Amino acid sequence: MSRSRVAWVALPAALALTLSACGGGGGGTTSSGNENPDGTVSIYGTEPENQLLPAATTEAGGSKIVDALYSRLVGYKAEDGSTYNLMAESITTSDAKVYDIKIKSGWTFHDGTPVKAKNFVDAWNYGAYAKNAQQAGTFFAPIAGYSDVHPDDEKAEPTKDKMSGLEVVSDTEFKVTLSAPNSVFKTMIGYTPFSPLPDSFFADPKAFEAKPIGNGPMKFVSRTPNALIKLERFDDYKGEDKVHFKTLDVKIYSSQETAYQDLVAGKLDFMEALPPSAKVGEKYKADLGDQVLNANLLGQSAIAFPLYVPAFQNVKLRQAVSMALNREQITKTVLAGSYVPADGFVPPGIEGYEKGVCGEFCTYNPEKAKQLLQESGFTGKLTIQSNQDGGRKEPLEAACNSIKQALGIECEFVGATNFGAYRQIVNGKQLTGMGRSDWSADYPSIENFLNPLYRTGGSSNDSNYSNAEVDKILKEADATADSAAAIKKYQEAHKLIAKDLPSIPTWNEKGIGARSKNLLAAKLTFTRDAELAAFRVKG
Amino acid sequence: MGRYVLRRLLQLIPVFLGTTFLIYALVWAIPQDPFAGKCGQRACDPTYIAQMSEKLNLNDPLVIQYFKYLGNLLTGDFGTTFNGVSVGEQIATSWPITLKMGIVALIIEAVIGIIAGVLTGLRKSGFLDNLVLVSTLFLISLPVFVTGFVLRLYLGPQGFDLMDTSVSSDPSIGELILPGFVLGSLSMAYVARLTRSSIVENRRSDYLRTAIAKGQPQSRVVGIHLLRNSLIPVITFLGTDLGSLLGGAIVTEGVFNINGIGGLIFRGISQKEGVMVTGIVTLLVLVYLLMSLLVDLLYAVLDPRIRYE
Amino acid sequence: MSDPGSVSGGTGLEASAAAGVDQLSHVDDSSQKQKKPRSLWSDAWGELRRKPTFIISLVIIAVIVLMAIWPTLFTSVDPRAANLDKSLQPPSGDAWFGYDLQGYDVYARAMHGARASLLVGIFATVLTVLIGSIIGIFAGYAKTWIDSVLSRFADIFAGIPFVLGAIVILTTLNAPTENPSVTRIITQVVLSIAVLSWPVAMRIMRSATLVAKQQDYVKAARGLGASPLRIVIRHLLPNTVAPVLVYATIALGAFIGAEATLAFLGIGLRPPVVSWGVMISESRDYFQSAPHMLLFPAGFVTITVLAFVMLGDAVRDALDPKSR
Repeated sequence: MSRSRVAWVALPAALALTLSACGGGGGGTTSSGNENPDGTVSIYGTEPENQLLPAATTEAGGSKIVDALYSRLVGYKAEDGSTYNLMAESITTSDAKVYDIKIKSGWTFHDGTPVKAKNFVDAWNYGAYAKNAQQAGTFFAPIAGYSDVHPDDEKAEPTKDKMSGLEVVSDTEFKVTLSAPNSVFKTMIGYTPFSPLPDSFFADPKAFEAKPIGNGPMKFVSRTPNALIKLERFDDYKGEDKVHFKTLDVKIYSSQETAYQDLVAGKLDFMEALPPSAKVGEKYKADLGDQVLNANLLGQSAIAFPLYVPAFQNVKLRQAVSMALNREQITKTVLAGSYVPADGFVPPGIEGYEKGVCGEFCTYNPEKAKQLLQESGFTGKLTIQSNQDGGRKEPLEAACNSIKQALGIECEFVGATNFGAYRQIVNGKQLTGMGRSDWSADYPSIENFLNPLYRTGGSSNDSNYSNAEVDKILKEADATADSAAAIKKYQEAHKLIAKDLPSIPTWNEKGIGARSKNLLAAKLTFTRDAELAAFRVKG
Repeated sequence: MGRYVLRRLLQLIPVFLGTTFLIYALVWAIPQDPFAGKCGQRACDPTYIAQMSEKLNLNDPLVIQYFKYLGNLLTGDFGTTFNGVSVGEQIATSWPITLKMGIVALIIEAVIGIIAGVLTGLRKSGFLDNLVLVSTLFLISLPVFVTGFVLRLYLGPQGFDLMDTSVSSDPSIGELILPGFVLGSLSMAYVARLTRSSIVENRRSDYLRTAIAKGQPQSRVVGIHLLRNSLIPVITFLGTDLGSLLGGAIVTEGVFNINGIGGLIFRGISQKEGVMVTGIVTLLVLVYLLMSLLVDLLYAVLDPRIRYE
Repeated sequence: MSDPGSVSGGTGLEASAAAGVDQLSHVDDSSQKQKKPRSLWSDAWGELRRKPTFIISLVIIAVIVLMAIWPTLFTSVDPRAANLDKSLQPPSGDAWFGYDLQGYDVYARAMHGARASLLVGIFATVLTVLIGSIIGIFAGYAKTWIDSVLSRFADIFAGIPFVLGAIVILTTLNAPTENPSVTRIITQVVLSIAVLSWPVAMRIMRSATLVAKQQDYVKAARGLGASPLRIVIRHLLPNTVAPVLVYATIALGAFIGAEATLAFLGIGLRPPVVSWGVMISESRDYFQSAPHMLLFPAGFVTITVLAFVMLGDAVRDALDPKSR
């Protein structure tokens, strides 16, 4: 009741913090080459949409903070996303079903309490328990006993609050039993929802939310909503991804445009993506020179055919549309070279990627496209639906124009006001024409590009695609403990999907970010994040 | 006078309730599922939706929701947004910034507008008069975001590099001058024209003729008699304008990426944070209503012919 | 507060239109002093014909109306023909205004965009003035308590900031799962502008009515037992219509600007409709490297608004005998 009164009183203090933070941010020394190990780095951020808890948020603004605050069992290498043991001493399994996990000792949370196996088990149970309403709760679904704590029917009461598949063996060891074999579980547990939580969280979650305590390289200092989140180096950090600066200011912007201007002016140190206006004519190269950062991304853009619309069940129409799309030209002009044409359903840079899986059907060929269209007998009007904000409209309008010109039939872009509005259409299976279906992987594995999108009932199966053969192979692949053999299986499924073309791969984004002159070095990761351990501040 | 104020204050109540309910109903009637898009490319888990709806009273009928909201509001609780941050706290950070920009805009429009109006009003039909008439017409015709973008483009580092056009997250007055100018430009034109016509009209009035006939010095005639009476409508205009400036700030803030309430409102609507939108509108409506009351009272103070019963 | 003429602020529209309400409402008296009493309107017409701003604004408006009715008169290029090879090319002999991102011809789009922009302006003005005038004249003429209730009711709408109200209304009206047709989008934009602006027209009408009501001839008509409807139509309306007309002209310009602002925010008209506002909103990310995408449609909006404001100014001056 008196909460907001406290908020009003706390305001001057919060403002003062912001002011001092801004004062320290510049660090305007001119000597080059020297590194300042206690410097400040400011990075671009957006206001987190959810609480700053590992399993509560999956959106970029919040993940950025949670990622820095917590360390998980495995980490991902910035370049290609391959995994390495971070907090884990060892992860062993013989059947891809029961995993024995030993953790390194000597690690502590920011409040000084040691990180034990129990902290992982408790945190995972908390995330999965339906009543805690954690958005990323479904990521725990592979673990045995998940359905007891998180029943499928949203009205049903969970019968237990702990998953039977999690078992603490000792302070440094726990056992995870899955409900079915899953070969990528080892990769999955590097994703933020799988972070541990300290005992103090369970004692008072409300207080913890206001000042989260993690086990990661950075610790939480303060937060001014819509303005700044301040983190600081955790000096007792034991992991190999230690940071080499003292303070991290996550500055909240509402437009990339302004952030970019600040970056060029040296008032902001890092951006993981650049605004469209900077990409036009590759302006950023002139503005920033060697401060531009590149990375492969785990993203795949596609246009999905909702197969519940009868006309799209005709594979010839799908092929015709795909071949009428001049990917080369659109990526070069409208997308200003920040994307490359896609040739399959898995982006390059992922282990298991094969060149040209989509083959001739993803190559521009207006004559063949027209011929296929005639064979399909389709004569109506096509539409492409998407949200129109965030630069989504332009490439798809261009795609429509390309289809229109190549096939000689009408095509119109239909925009929804924002992402939420558009996803409501897709999730409700109410697409009346084609729809944008961009996917950004949760963790770096070929599996994550196939299972959620093309398996019957997959969580992002926008096309409503269902092929028993594909389902079967994917299931086999999941159950294969040997990862090389599993990848072979996934590749097999990939080829089958490419034959059916339930959606057409369009382009893959090139990761383009930038650092300011205040930094000696910075790195962009494949998840489009800052690799904080690689940052060096000019002294 | 006291009774008049009381009556006006009582009349504020139904207007206040009406406006806030209207906005509340509209925001929550937006036929968008608040959870669509919340979980990225995949649909939200139904269990998560069920739990959150419970927490946010989304299952109650609209009127009940509104009164629950109003009840909390009376105790000073603006509610919390999805990310668990109190709306009151977020408004408290953004409100001063918008208010600062609004006041900067008001000062700019008052100073420039009145000076231009007085100069042209005293010398009707000169070159200056025509210049001001044309330039005010032009300002009135220019959509605000165009003014904003063009100034940002040409004054900023990518144009003629005359000034730094970006605004930090906790801006100083200096940084707000350009956005304030853009925000106030339209009203500035109105102020100039209002001052001018008011002065032109009063110059012909009997009391001014009397003052001149009495042989009072020119400076006293203009300063005391003419200006004081001519500025009454201008001041009332400026008073009610503060409310409009705050409401209109949403566009200017968008152009300059200022961390004010405009951004909050816009995000509130696109993420369907009804609590946020209603909270801000409530504040804006309050400012608007109180300013109009204040202006009416000011009128009585400035113009001896008006007395309120 | 909810004055779209001032999307950024300003009760200005009301102030500038209502500036002459007091004088305008009893102008008939002043013209009676002349030997051969000319009506207010013929008097004003005589004045207007000699005003250069009036002539200029009429010419501009005529051209724009022609553009709206018959765009192909000005261009033979299809505004929806895209040629990506020409994406973002600056103005040249082939395309006077250059090409936009999709390779559309900006000149052709500007010509074809006039229709939607003008339609929104006209319909929104008509609706605003109709609602406002009817309620205003009723409130001004009716008993005090009805006046109070209606005025407070108007305050409710006046209290909502225009941009904010429009955003909320336009998002509410369009279920995201629907694909609104062109007519529907235009209707919605018109409706939301009218719903938020009618209190201004109502206030102007009301105060004009209050003044006119006190005139002797109205009292006389009432004394003779004329029905209220007759009094309103025969005696009040002719004497109150002038300020509203002035307001309408200026508002028409302002509403065209408002359409552009709403489109700029991504909630007004949207493709496949071609309007100046839509063009401006499409230029948002590109105006730094291709300013022609922004400057040409913005120029058209500005000139159109300018023409209507100038027209309104001239009409007001002509109707106001004191300013002569």
